[in-house]
Amino acid sequence: MRRNAVTVVGAAETTKLGVIPDLSQIGLHADAALNAMADCGLRPKDIDGIATAGETPVQLAHYLGITPTWVDGTSVGGCSFMIHVRHAAAAIEAGLAKTILITHGESGKSRVGAAGRTVPPNSLNGQFEQPFGPMGPPSMFTIPVLRYMKTYGVTEEQIAQVAVVQREWAAKNPRATFKTPISTDDVLNSRMIAYPFRLLMCCLVTDGGGALILTSAERAKDFKTKPVYILGTGESVETPMVSQMEDFTSSRAFRVAGPTAFQQAGINVNCVDHLMIYDAFAHLPIYGLEDLGFLPRGEAAAFIAARNTAPGGSLPLNTNGGGLSYMHSGMYGMYALQESVRQMRGTAAAQVPNAQISVCHGVGGMFAASGTIIFSNQEP
Amino acid sequence: MAEPGRALPVPTPETQGFWDGAAAGELRLQRCDSCGKNYFPPRPFCPVCASRKVSWFKASGKAVLWSYVIHHRPVAGFKPPYAIAVVQLAEGPRMMSNIVECEQTPEALQLDMELEVVFEKQNDTITLPLFRPVAAKG
Repeated sequence: MRRNAVTVVGAAETTKLGVIPDLSQIGLHADAALNAMADCGLRPKDIDGIATAGETPVQLAHYLGITPTWVDGTSVGGCSFMIHVRHAAAAIEAGLAKTILITHGESGKSRVGAAGRTVPPNSLNGQFEQPFGPMGPPSMFTIPVLRYMKTYGVTEEQIAQVAVVQREWAAKNPRATFKTPISTDDVLNSRMIAYPFRLLMCCLVTDGGGALILTSAERAKDFKTKPVYILGTGESVETPMVSQMEDFTSSRAFRVAGPTAFQQAGINVNCVDHLMIYDAFAHLPIYGLEDLGFLPRGEAAAFIAARNTAPGGSLPLNTNGGGLSYMHSGMYGMYALQESVRQMRGTAAAQVPNAQISVCHGVGGMFAASGTIIFSNQEP
Repeated sequence: MAEPGRALPVPTPETQGFWDGAAAGELRLQRCDSCGKNYFPPRPFCPVCASRKVSWFKASGKAVLWSYVIHHRPVAGFKPPYAIAVVQLAEGPRMMSNIVECEQTPEALQLDMELEVVFEKQNDTITLPLFRPVAAKG
């Protein structure tokens, strides 16, 4: 076994997903944390490290009764939890903590106990983007896409196909919010939100949470859960303003985080059995497949449309149905991590047979940040 | 009572020069006196070489349409559908803006079309730089 290898030993989502008006945001964090502790037979006194976003680690430590020797409040959007996994693995390797809890909870739909979403008018975003009429991610995350489409000749039909394929995966997941199959025409006839993006190319808005518990691979042998090893991790950030991305056809944060993780894991893309790419909108799997090196630039949309990432395809992608169909609370990264862990444990609803390596890639903000985690169920 | 208008910027000391320029009918960018880089958004140092020796200059106002969405949801100060655009300035930087004096349709809004800056006064202190198509020259 690799010296100081780190594993996921506890993993769970909130008891319910979807519309949960009877829990506030911190309550969703706590429900997920309690489920993850139950999953691996731990209590709060056994946890000595905590990382979270949305709420502060101070709030969570106090609420759950944890006395940590290590905390991380990195909050860079939906990939914060990938970055927490990376930081937690490093902390465990360095001996700063032994058992680390990472929590997410978000009342994205019901907005119970959730923070407001205002942009300060004196921030750079407030001065140089908000005056021109954007309203949240559907109108901003999507701005680079026409440039991508023109550069590579990608069509609206191909982008619609991303949503169609992911609904096929969602249909296999009893906990997915949307399970009814959809056609390309259904997507292209759905309500226009921000041309060229229509409703079914945009993520859900739901309530939920999830939590992970990490410890050393050596200690993992004492747990009843099947250990999921962390082979490699990466992180980066680019810009808080989508208008200031260096390249509208590619994410610099993706191109740093992804290869960093692959290099640490000592694998290449051909070794990957299962892949999660955070899909707040239908273009993200396209950018992710290219920026992580699975495909040359400009080829990912056709690859998805040719059903390579669909059930039965060569590269199973977003097998829970993704943010487009499974759930999306606002910071979706935790649910992608949960699906990777389920696939490595062999307990996923749409289980990929014999999958041994899962790559989980997240985005934060509007191409602002990125985190990549490579998992395996094989001892490194 | 007047309907609520669009969100307006609140300048900071580091960005005041840009907003003063817009109020005076100039699109002002910054240039590094050490390495020559033109950059945006404003800050009192160069984001490439970290030099504090930087200067404001008046940009040409010429740009091309780099990318956009046509927003269909209601936002204060806008009448949907309207385009939220990013323009590529002739001097190098890109900025978010709106395209005026133009149909807000995919057919009318062609990527790489030539644009020029126009200024739309919002109040006594804030004027926004917007862009319009350069009329086809016969």
